[in-house]
Amino acid sequence: MTRWLKLHLGAVFAFLYIPIAVLMVLSFNKAGLPTAWGGFSTEWYGKLLANPKIQSAAWNSLTVAVISTLLATALGTLLALGTERAKPSSLREALLFAPMIIPDIVLAIALLSFFTLIKFTLGLHSIIMAHVVFNIAFVCAVVRARLKSFDWSLVEVSRDLGASAQQTFWRVTLPLILPAVIAGALLAFTLSVDEFIIAYFTAGAGQSSTTLPMQIYAMIRFGVTPEINAMATLIMGFSFLIVLVAQRFNRGIPGS
Amino acid sequence: MNANRSPWLLMAPGLLWLVALMVVPCLLIFSLTIFERGTYGGIDWHIITAENFRRAFDPLYAVILWDSARIAGLATLIALLIGYPAAYAIAKASPRWQTVLLFLAILPFWTNYLIRTYAWIVLLNPAGLINGLLQWLGLTAGPIPLLYNEFAVVLGLVYNYTPFVILAIYSALQRLDPSYAEASRDLGASAATTFWRITLPLTAAGVAAGAVFVFVLSIGNFLTPDLLGGGKVQMVGNLIYDQFLTARDWPFGATLSSLLIGLMMIILFAQALATRRAYGEGR
Repeated sequence: MTRWLKLHLGAVFAFLYIPIAVLMVLSFNKAGLPTAWGGFSTEWYGKLLANPKIQSAAWNSLTVAVISTLLATALGTLLALGTERAKPSSLREALLFAPMIIPDIVLAIALLSFFTLIKFTLGLHSIIMAHVVFNIAFVCAVVRARLKSFDWSLVEVSRDLGASAQQTFWRVTLPLILPAVIAGALLAFTLSVDEFIIAYFTAGAGQSSTTLPMQIYAMIRFGVTPEINAMATLIMGFSFLIVLVAQRFNRGIPGS
Repeated sequence: MNANRSPWLLMAPGLLWLVALMVVPCLLIFSLTIFERGTYGGIDWHIITAENFRRAFDPLYAVILWDSARIAGLATLIALLIGYPAAYAIAKASPRWQTVLLFLAILPFWTNYLIRTYAWIVLLNPAGLINGLLQWLGLTAGPIPLLYNEFAVVLGLVYNYTPFVILAIYSALQRLDPSYAEASRDLGASAATTFWRITLPLTAAGVAAGAVFVFVLSIGNFLTPDLLGGGKVQMVGNLIYDQFLTARDWPFGATLSSLLIGLMMIILFAQALATRRAYGEGR
């Protein structure tokens, strides 16, 4: 029985990791074909990094991710602090849960319709505004998990000793929840860098606000190429790194 | 500091953001459902109609809605069958290993969805690794169609969402008091009976949470049917996409979106109700 369970778990891990491993190995394949090995090479990485379209898309993605993460981390942390102290409300819980579960395509078309109706000009800024929506929910969830074991009497002590609400926040509350705030921010960053459909719909016409996932999508539609394998490897390595760092900061990440 | 007002001040910016850029746009989508498509795309605000809803249940589109539910249901079932034993195996490992194994199970979930899906195009395409392997082993004479069909779409969904099932069921198994299973064994029940009569019913909430998550994310999925179905498998997400970007019929796309949200809300509400009832009985 236990042996079968172990075998099953091994098979599940093979199922989860073989596709990723294959991509990584193929990205170093000189032949560029999935079925023949032409020797080890990093030429596809060179080609990829020299591509100006990739460069500008990567820059756009970074801009969107950094700004949406900063905004969502501030708003999400405040939201978590307020929620843990306010009276429980199932409406508010639903509002905080909805961005995590609503189909991307539905939020994408809803935002497109909304922006079009109010004649809002689309671009990188509208992608940022859209990404903050789901990022708030994730940051808030991570920080709330940490606040469940937070000792509120420390805040009371600080206040009783004459510190102002601001002083208490910066010198007592924030340092204590900082690991969760950083972990939430790192996850928000990863989610934003990876997000495709909502960005696709809220980017507006033209190439200027193409993000990396939009560029990858266009390349995938075109076919299997060694450059995509190289890009996939870089992005996966980057995501794994961020998750590992986030993991070190916090054990309360949803999903870890 | 006013203890009653302060939480609302802290929550206000975040809640306002969610209301302005999620609730209002969704309400707009609900309201678009009763209008007609304008002659040149856009919306004709002059005519109020129920035509969009009638059209959504027209056999032409109803079959896509049904297919979406069927594909999502199949993916959910397979993900549960794969995920439960995996979660069980992790829960049986030593505490040190549990952390490592769970982390490994969840890790792929945090990488780029597009790339995880693309990986299967590399594996499944006619010149891909699996077809190459099958021919090399002499099992097939030529490439067999693995990509751009329902099989590929279900596989992609199972691949992407199994980690979450493992997580949900693992947390349920963690909360389970091992003395129940021990008592069952001490009283003479076999390992199988103990599992079916004790462990499985007591972790049903975790199974339900995992199942609802996979189903809801699958039924509204766009990328997996788009990339692995290759236009041959239509799900409601692709239909919504087409109505907004190709057919330019926003009211009909909005109607399909509203139906999707409605269905999801019914499922989530039913789950919340069932969980509450289960916990109520347990007390």
